[in-house]
Amino acid sequence: MKRYSAFAIAREALRFHSGWERAWRSPAPKKRYDVIIVGAGGHGLASAYYLGKNFGITNVAVLEKGWLGGGNTGRNTTIIRSNYLQDPSAAIYEKARSLYETMSQDLNYNVMFSPRGVIMLAQTHHEVRGYQRTAYANALQGVETQFIGPDKVKELCPIISLEGPRYPVLGGLWQPRGGTARHDAVAWGYARACSDMGMDIIQQCEVTGIRKDGGKVTGVDTTKGAMDCGQLGLVVAGHSGVLAEMAGFRLPVESLALQALVSEPVKPCMDVVVMANTVHGYMSQSDKGEMVIGGGTDGFNNYTQRGSFHHIEETVRALIETFPMISRLKMLRQWGGIVDMTGDRSPILSKTPVEGVFVNCGWGTGGFKSIPGSGWGMAELMAKGHSPLTEEFSMYRFREGKFIDESVAAGVAH
Amino acid sequence: MLMLKCPYCGVMADETELSAGGEAHLKRFGPQSSAEDFEGYLFARENPKGVHVERWRHVNGCGKWFHAARCTLTLEVFGTYSAQVTAPPQDIRDAIRAKHPDWRWRDMA
Repeated sequence: MKRYSAFAIAREALRFHSGWERAWRSPAPKKRYDVIIVGAGGHGLASAYYLGKNFGITNVAVLEKGWLGGGNTGRNTTIIRSNYLQDPSAAIYEKARSLYETMSQDLNYNVMFSPRGVIMLAQTHHEVRGYQRTAYANALQGVETQFIGPDKVKELCPIISLEGPRYPVLGGLWQPRGGTARHDAVAWGYARACSDMGMDIIQQCEVTGIRKDGGKVTGVDTTKGAMDCGQLGLVVAGHSGVLAEMAGFRLPVESLALQALVSEPVKPCMDVVVMANTVHGYMSQSDKGEMVIGGGTDGFNNYTQRGSFHHIEETVRALIETFPMISRLKMLRQWGGIVDMTGDRSPILSKTPVEGVFVNCGWGTGGFKSIPGSGWGMAELMAKGHSPLTEEFSMYRFREGKFIDESVAAGVAH
Repeated sequence: MLMLKCPYCGVMADETELSAGGEAHLKRFGPQSSAEDFEGYLFARENPKGVHVERWRHVNGCGKWFHAARCTLTLEVFGTYSAQVTAPPQDIRDAIRAKHPDWRWRDMA
């Protein structure tokens, strides 16, 4: 692989850009791999990448039924933060956030990580107490956050209206090291690095069956033929339930649609990410100038990758109260992704009842920010059989009652 | 927008009038049951990519709970029916099987 650098740009400029290589190979599938990862989204590719980088396991295939990064990796609102209340969540999200800081250098691919800071607004007294508690918890966890008053919120984000008609801004939880990154570039960067280590990324290859022998996985059937494997990682977000059924077990996951939208591009007006959980909306400005907007999930099981219009209306209504100046903005695009929600709204990184099958799912509405941490933990879990990052996220926690209850901690989608 | 006909008041209600209540016809397990059964009852949902049998409440209308059969992939509704039953009635099953001959739901034949 030729490295990307300023020198490479100059070199290619002098020869009419004729020397750029494809970022990753598209090989024909082999008969056997040590590890097969199903799902070439951010989490799947990160899992493969850290298997190779941290454990030297490179006879790996990443199978993708659509195109690389075309699921939730390309559909989220690109926010990165780690201000969680519970220790296991804070640990894995903070690991992810810290890996984002050096990801561009690590992958030799510009993921445009922008640590611009994230404010979560407190708009009720209950929320003020909740976020003060989170700030104290984060101090103990080694996550840098701070509870700030309304004046500081206004200073950080001048376009905000503190005197909202329904909910005035009473303060906020400020994480200065949070921010955004280019979501596609994260998938592309990992794919390029995986391909460079000799891993096979096979797109348009849908898994149609999982082969087992005596309770142990032996391979998969796909639309591009059968492949044998020693270990199988299922990293397919909203379709986890479908794959789990093929493997013969059930996951405590339900699939819902989550929508996002972007406005027409405007001049820079907001250099932080603002989340308003009471009124259900969050917004940041992309490098192109579009306001990137997200809200809550639709209420019912859904695989359509579309959402209901009234949820968009609810989100936009909330944001216009918070940022009155956006009321004349035109919206350019709207889309939906299928998120996999667990009972406690925390992910599952776990061994399964089938030996050799591992599952990484349930990230729900918080998947993008966790990609590197999730991949790091998943790789360690698959290579060593256990990982301190993933220990608490076992799928068996629901039976044991050991929830990681961020849904209570955050009140809404988190 | 998803629209369902409330089987009680007969109103063709749109989504903003309704509240989704998750999977229907769950078999309940109480305090004396095994950990596996209790976990299954509380957390393991069907979550099919296809026909889903579910509970709804006509919350901004007559307030009654009812059942619906709906495809999660196309949002096609196969019908709504009373909350007072423990399995989909025959006409709903026929409507589903006309489109999905192999449709199965948990241990229902």
